Amino acid sequence: MNENDKQLAELDSYIDSFDTKKGKLIVSLHKAQDIYGYLSVDIQKHIAKRLGIPASKVYGVVTFYSFFNTTPKGKYSIDVCMGTACFVRGSADVLEEFKSQLKIDVGGTTEDGLFSLDSIRCVGACGLAPVVSVNGKVHGRVTRADVSKILDDYKSKEATA
Amino acid sequence: MNVTINNLNVEAQPGQTILDVAKENDIHIPTLCHLNLHDTKVVNQVATCRVCMVEIEGRRNLMPACSTRVSDGMVIKTNTPRAVKSRRTIVELLLSNHPKDCLVCERNQNCELQALAAELGVRDVEYKGKRSRHDKDTSSYSLIRDPEKCVLCRRCETMCNKVQTVGVYSAVHRGFDTVMGTAFDEPILDTVCTFCGQCVSVCPTGALTQVDNTSEVWKAINDPDKFVIVQTAPAVRVALGEEFGVEAGTSVTGKMVAALKLMGFDKVCDTDFAADLTIMEEATEFIDRLKNGGKLPILTSCCPAWVKFIEHQFPDLLDIPSTCKSPHEMFGAIAKTYLAEKLDIDPKKIVVVSVMPCLAKKYEAIRPELSNKEIQNVDFVITTRELARMIREAGLTFNALDDDDFDDMLGESTGASVIFGTTGGVVEAAVRTAASWLEGKDIEKFDWTELRGLDGIRVATVPIAGVDVKIAIAHGLGNARKIFERIRAGEEFHIIEVMACPGGCIGGGGQPYYLEHDTSVLRKRAEALYAEDKEKAIRLSHKNPQIIKLYEEFLGDPGGHKAHALLHTKYVRRDN
Repeated sequence: MNENDKQLAELDSYIDSFDTKKGKLIVSLHKAQDIYGYLSVDIQKHIAKRLGIPASKVYGVVTFYSFFNTTPKGKYSIDVCMGTACFVRGSADVLEEFKSQLKIDVGGTTEDGLFSLDSIRCVGACGLAPVVSVNGKVHGRVTRADVSKILDDYKSKEATA
Repeated sequence: MNVTINNLNVEAQPGQTILDVAKENDIHIPTLCHLNLHDTKVVNQVATCRVCMVEIEGRRNLMPACSTRVSDGMVIKTNTPRAVKSRRTIVELLLSNHPKDCLVCERNQNCELQALAAELGVRDVEYKGKRSRHDKDTSSYSLIRDPEKCVLCRRCETMCNKVQTVGVYSAVHRGFDTVMGTAFDEPILDTVCTFCGQCVSVCPTGALTQVDNTSEVWKAINDPDKFVIVQTAPAVRVALGEEFGVEAGTSVTGKMVAALKLMGFDKVCDTDFAADLTIMEEATEFIDRLKNGGKLPILTSCCPAWVKFIEHQFPDLLDIPSTCKSPHEMFGAIAKTYLAEKLDIDPKKIVVVSVMPCLAKKYEAIRPELSNKEIQNVDFVITTRELARMIREAGLTFNALDDDDFDDMLGESTGASVIFGTTGGVVEAAVRTAASWLEGKDIEKFDWTELRGLDGIRVATVPIAGVDVKIAIAHGLGNARKIFERIRAGEEFHIIEVMACPGGCIGGGGQPYYLEHDTSVLRKRAEALYAEDKEKAIRLSHKNPQIIKLYEEFLGDPGGHKAHALLHTKYVRRDN
């Protein structure tokens, strides 16, 4: 079984474990995003068929919730917190700096696939505001000036790997 | 229970909405998104538009009348200054995000939003701000989506998902960017859409409209090198009058023919003739399958919307539909061969125009397999609504026209063909002929009332020549889905008739708009068709003298080689 088949088998066995397929769209999408990191058109179509609902419905839900993303995430997924505390302490500036240095928009991924950028709401570390989380690792009290250092750290990690 | 509306004490039933009770008591509450599809028991009650807001004593906020249920002793006021102001604000806000090209909009003078603005006397829209921008979707041959004119009422979604179970539309994206879209924002041509056009029928604005083919038809008429033949479907003649203020259920066949002749068509023929031809082929195919152990049930194949539905949704059942082309396609095939020979005209110069109650026929006409020697059987399809507009454009006073008759060739038809326009009609026509052939003598029972009516699914067993023939009829694609699932599960039928639109072709997506999808209009249209059937001297398709002549002179035997080449088709597996 190759990696693709394994991933699909995991998703299918999850969906098939439900007693009823009613109301199981959102949890199935969560599971798929856990497995694949994002929700491709093919996966959305697959889920629609498996649950017996129109693909348009699936797409409607995916585009409604900002948590779901439809493009592959970078190797390093950067989430800038835009919660109230982080926002008042300047996270919008930090986000702008990431956008300009990476040359991508929120929700985008760099061409080399290394970084992707998202804005999130409160991670519960308001004491460290503004907060940036990279693959779950929290960087606190980030300023505009810190952005290039954070990016360089991951780039050099990549270079030595 | 009792409730008070505008100081009037009225009786109400538990479970009724304020709007229901108001309607029963002739109290008008303006609505926009609300749509009650009575016979299908589906109600679009999303309460998104907030136009029907009313005041209820003891409640702080205004409540939407369409979705608020009454309770005993409720005191409702529909016309307080607060309710009226709120209503007007809502409509002004809707208009602030709506293009103002009403004068040149397809729905001009036939638009629910326009009517509402007029009713409320809106003269200025004080809200200026960003307007949502979306591209028009002109990908299909049947309908155009213009999301900028959408008021997000969700009627199309309710129709497509709940009634038709096709599921093309969903609200996609979020907040200000929300749009009634397709999966992955694909152009509608690439979706599972069947082009039945029921979404167009229920759209209150110009967000969903038909593709307009009238200018191409005028161009052909005015081209001296073209010989333009027009044919009209059975359902058109019992609805066209509504466009000219005639009461629903009035047959205007004679005036319609007169108008078409005055408009300059070279020949005015009747799709009914081709419906008789369809019965010759379909009854032959049924008897062949019955006697020789072929695939049963046989499924009538006149409706292009359900053809596309089954191609997408039930590709494993593609061997059950009859291989017969739909009547107007058969007509085109005969017009460009037999009639071309008779009239000594090059088939390439012949333009066949079909006037249909249907949007899917527009798409059907471009299906590559519906052609002969690389000439499409049918060139243009216009709807009942488009024909009405052409008649107005031509400056004809429709109601004052004297009745005229269809042209002789390919114009004669039987009562059996007229009823093709209503649900149950095709199978009744087929049974009349099949029973006559199987029993070896023409039947005397013409009215098969067990096959009539507007119930979504009807099943009847009729004894024919010693066989209990089990017939199922479904109209509306949701009902068709149920029947197909029963077939898949192994239930046995002999003949199935499916029509995609509620009521059959009389309720087609190209028919005159009618208020609230009030099915009494459909009933009247159906009654007019059955009345026309009753008046016909000949009520069996195989007794049509022109049909008999066509087989003698040109086609040979029904189901024979030539008939197969010209009158039969094949189906395509499609993704779902």
